[in-house]
Amino acid sequence: MKPGTLSKALNSGAIWGFIVLELIFFSIAGEYLSLSDKAFMDWENMLLLLKQSAPIGIIAMGMTIVMINGNIDLSVGATYAIAAIVLLESMTWPIFAGLGDLVIPVAWLLALLVGTFLGALNGLIVWKTGVDAFIVTLGSMLGFRGIVFMFNGENPTSHLNWTLVDFAEAEFLGLATASWFLLAVTLVIWFVMTKTVHGRNAYAIGDNREAAVNAGIRVGPHMMINFAIIGFLAALSAVVFYSESGSVNPNDGQLYELWVITAVVLGGTKITGGAGSVIGTFGGVIAIQLLRKGLGHIGADTSTVNLVIGLILIVVLILDRQLNVKGKEELKV
Amino acid sequence: MARLTKQQIGTVLAKQGILIAFAVFMVAFTLANPKFISVDNLFSVVRSSAILGVMALGVTFVVISGNLDLSVGSMMSFSTIVVLDLHDQIGPALAIPAMFAMTLCLGAFIGFLVGYLRLNSLIVTLGMLSAIHGLTLTYSGGQNMDIADKEGTWFSIFGQGSALSIPVPILIFVALAAFLGIVLAKTPFGRKVYAVGGNSTAATFSGIRRARTVFTCYLISAFCVATAGLIQASRSLGSQNTVGQGLELEVLAAVILGGASLLGGSGTIFKTVIGVLILGFIQNGLLLIGLQFYVQFVVTWVIIILAVWLDIAAKRGKLLSSIA
Repeated sequence: MKPGTLSKALNSGAIWGFIVLELIFFSIAGEYLSLSDKAFMDWENMLLLLKQSAPIGIIAMGMTIVMINGNIDLSVGATYAIAAIVLLESMTWPIFAGLGDLVIPVAWLLALLVGTFLGALNGLIVWKTGVDAFIVTLGSMLGFRGIVFMFNGENPTSHLNWTLVDFAEAEFLGLATASWFLLAVTLVIWFVMTKTVHGRNAYAIGDNREAAVNAGIRVGPHMMINFAIIGFLAALSAVVFYSESGSVNPNDGQLYELWVITAVVLGGTKITGGAGSVIGTFGGVIAIQLLRKGLGHIGADTSTVNLVIGLILIVVLILDRQLNVKGKEELKV
Repeated sequence: MARLTKQQIGTVLAKQGILIAFAVFMVAFTLANPKFISVDNLFSVVRSSAILGVMALGVTFVVISGNLDLSVGSMMSFSTIVVLDLHDQIGPALAIPAMFAMTLCLGAFIGFLVGYLRLNSLIVTLGMLSAIHGLTLTYSGGQNMDIADKEGTWFSIFGQGSALSIPVPILIFVALAAFLGIVLAKTPFGRKVYAVGGNSTAATFSGIRRARTVFTCYLISAFCVATAGLIQASRSLGSQNTVGQGLELEVLAAVILGGASLLGGSGTIFKTVIGVLILGFIQNGLLLIGLQFYVQFVVTWVIIILAVWLDIAAKRGKLLSSIA
């Protein structure tokens, strides 16, 4: 085997192998441990899994671009909460009272605009000040969350619009609305990253920013666009989810950034930038949701899920490191 | 007197910016509400900042060595829950060392992964944030932890007691800050931490064992977290599983506010203490002038970015970045 082949295979295909392993394990363990009559690999269960992956998955697609770009965004959970509040609150505003159900697209648009704006604001600060994205988004994570709490204190913001709930709960060709959004976003971002100039530039900047600048890529606006995209997707995720649930707590979306980053890293994206794939991230999202669901299926509680996901993240990192080191050593010989 | 150039003003701002900002805040808040500067209020601010502050001391070491520690929040929940549980089982005198030992084990594990296996500290500690949270929940069975006999235990001294009319949490914070400040500034180990964070390769070539230095930094961080957990447990004598959730980011904010670079190699204990105090006084000051509690988060956001921006701007001699 050529040096580095194994690590390459790990980066591209391992996540799917891991998913298969999870499926086998939970199917077999479920036979003995589960209290439910249904098999784990039940078709409906798998469809539900896809739907439940949507909130994290949609944001993870944006995080993939941002991380390939060599940046990171810690503020997505707070952006998610703000967009949810804008969605639910704007439907009750008196100026929209005459619109009837037409208020729905208006509220969606408003929420998406706010998300895009917050993302772009992060991007603008990263671009113009030159402060590291980690610090900028750490700050805005606190700031955005503060805005969420200032809006309605500790109280939830609720508004149920039944037309909207019907839309969110609808199924088309057997897939729930949220699943369609996840698949569509994955497809679009995959297209952007593999088939467009913007995607090529994202890899180039993450791999070597100096070289990208010298090659004439306008790094600043490029990064700002990517932050706007992740802001948009965080808002889209909120819009899809809260159309159905109709009530948002000010703490909602907390720790989402951690779940999202975990999914992206499991999917093989390098935290230093320059490498990663949208399809891998999709695998990472599914793998995490499978783990949560599977552990629930065999009767483990959330504490075990946290423990297992944390340890898996570390094991993946160790494996990746060992394989890469081995590849390089063989290269030296 | 020679006319100060723009560059010189920039340098002064960068070097003392954080102290200047601190002074401006104190004056502004005092003008808005004279109660702000009263001894009672000052004490209460420092006391409530002590837990965050103690954790920030340890994270300062980790950050200067060029790494991150996002696990301190959930680690603090862990030590709080453990010491409260053991308190009723084996008594406080044994519970405290046992809790310190367990927390140090966690720190050693992270130090091993980041130091010896050279894994990315951001992801390792992210994973540990989740893993330790799970560990805490498993340990407590998801229940809140409470000490049975709250009146009859001397355990409350660390969080509620006072010596020479100074609250004990402040004494612990000050003593630990002084000790760690000396370790960082005056000992060979401290120099190694700066060397490893400033230029890891150069440090290795000059014979510094990078792995061991990083490992020790995480041990120090875990020790500080255990101390913070002790203060927290002793102050409330009961706790939820999620008591430290989100603290990791506030701690990091304080350390960055103090001027430590996330790239490693710069920062001091004294500046971190200032960073902690700024966060504490802003929180307190905003409340005293009648603003909502949550406004502090927005203000913190603006201050963090301004502080780091000015620092960077002074170093490059231009306000805006030169990214095209």
